[in-house]
Amino acid sequence: MSDGLIIDQLKKNQILDLLKEGKRVDGRQFDEPRKLTIDIGVIPKAEGSARARLGDTEVVAGVKVQPERPFPDTGDKGMLICTAEILPIAHPSAETGPPQPPVVELARVTDRGIRESGMLDMKQLVLEKDKSVIGVFCDNAVTDHDGNLFDACSYASTAAINACKIPKYEMQDEKPVKIEGEFTEPPITTLPVSVTMAKIGDFILVDPTIEEWGIMDARITITSNSDGNVVALQKGGSDGFSQEELIKCAELSVKVGSKIREIIKQSK
Amino acid sequence: MGGRDTDIVLLDENGIRCDGRKVNETRKVTIKAGVLKNANGSAYIEFGDNKILVGVYGPRDVHPKHMSDTDTGILRCRYHMAPFSVGERKNPAPSRREVEISKVIKEALEPAVMLKEFPRTAVDVYMEVLQADGGTRCAALTGASVALADAGIPMRDLVAGCAAGKAADAVILDVNNEEDQAGQADLPIGYMPNLKKITLLQLDGVLTPEEYKQCIEIGIDGCNQVYEIQKKALQDKFFATGEKQ
Repeated sequence: MSDGLIIDQLKKNQILDLLKEGKRVDGRQFDEPRKLTIDIGVIPKAEGSARARLGDTEVVAGVKVQPERPFPDTGDKGMLICTAEILPIAHPSAETGPPQPPVVELARVTDRGIRESGMLDMKQLVLEKDKSVIGVFCDNAVTDHDGNLFDACSYASTAAINACKIPKYEMQDEKPVKIEGEFTEPPITTLPVSVTMAKIGDFILVDPTIEEWGIMDARITITSNSDGNVVALQKGGSDGFSQEELIKCAELSVKVGSKIREIIKQSK
Repeated sequence: MGGRDTDIVLLDENGIRCDGRKVNETRKVTIKAGVLKNANGSAYIEFGDNKILVGVYGPRDVHPKHMSDTDTGILRCRYHMAPFSVGERKNPAPSRREVEISKVIKEALEPAVMLKEFPRTAVDVYMEVLQADGGTRCAALTGASVALADAGIPMRDLVAGCAAGKAADAVILDVNNEEDQAGQADLPIGYMPNLKKITLLQLDGVLTPEEYKQCIEIGIDGCNQVYEIQKKALQDKFFATGEKQ
């Protein structure tokens, strides 16, 4: 449901007219994201948590850390799973029930950004090879939807994982037992940050609002890491990009992403 | 990411990849259009060891009815992998991965298909992966646009698919299964060669901005090669002697 939002024709015309004058409905520059605020530790029961507010879009990410049996082919690495769901309180069009394709895409793009960046050094999250590893589960709950859930989930996840505490375990009779009150820092290697851009006509807009989202022709989400490299990417929407546009988008993503990364760093 | 550890040499000292290709070479691609009797359009594609069958039905009535749009036709895509298509049996129920791939392929085809010509109808594209060997989404997309053309649905362009990526620190074209598992990055591309528009693009893995540019560059080159094979498949079907019109 994050796609296919219905925007009335008058609003659409207004947005398009403003774009031709080089303006956006909320007065932002084309390459300017909305104000981002991040509060960490909002869910004390979770090992890590963050509430990200991007304009009026709000996401709560919670990290749970628990021992898991590793997958047979990756017994020397910990486990990392990110999910996302849009709660029915977030928007009138949000539905309960099994996730629709746009929500599946949101969850998978969020997961890919964190996973492919190698944000956590998974080799350090092994308790006993092939028997027991540490699982890090980062679940995102969208609580208010004003467009661009991809980035809001990216920022909430990165901030929550960055700030999480890994409980200490010791192996007793081949079973992991938690040592109460002892924690280690997560093995963070980099801070991945996604930047989503909407293409409306020939205009590229960073961090589209729900109205811009509803009328865009295509979108692209590019995740970059602390070194300024591109680590994940997802194109969506019913139009295409030229080669030049893609290169411009990658540059924009790295540039805007580095400012966002500072906000996430300072939140810890 | 560093990818999975294997003993396979992805790139030897002569710059030859694990399946004998050069870095800028695609696998062998063969496409046959019009292979199914009942479907309005169809195609069978072999992209290296990938074997994919695509059937197109429509434009036809939309069921459930509430999905129909009075302004335009709708495109529905299903990418599905057969349980026997991969090493370990795949559960036949659609996975989250398949749901996502179906969505990105749909959005890659939509810019090419002139759906406004058929309001209130649906065009259904079914892609069945019979054998998978890395790069199935590009192969399925390539086959799907041939099947759509075979069905006689008006299109602005064909969409050709080919991935670029990075393995053993080299930028490579058309990532195979081993390179996907053990390599450093995979960047599938869908491209409309006449309109010069990229309609499918994903990435997992780390690329520097320079490598990213190179990947897009050679990926487009790969799509152009695939495009020639798509056109040939349609010529073979509609001009039986294979000669150009």
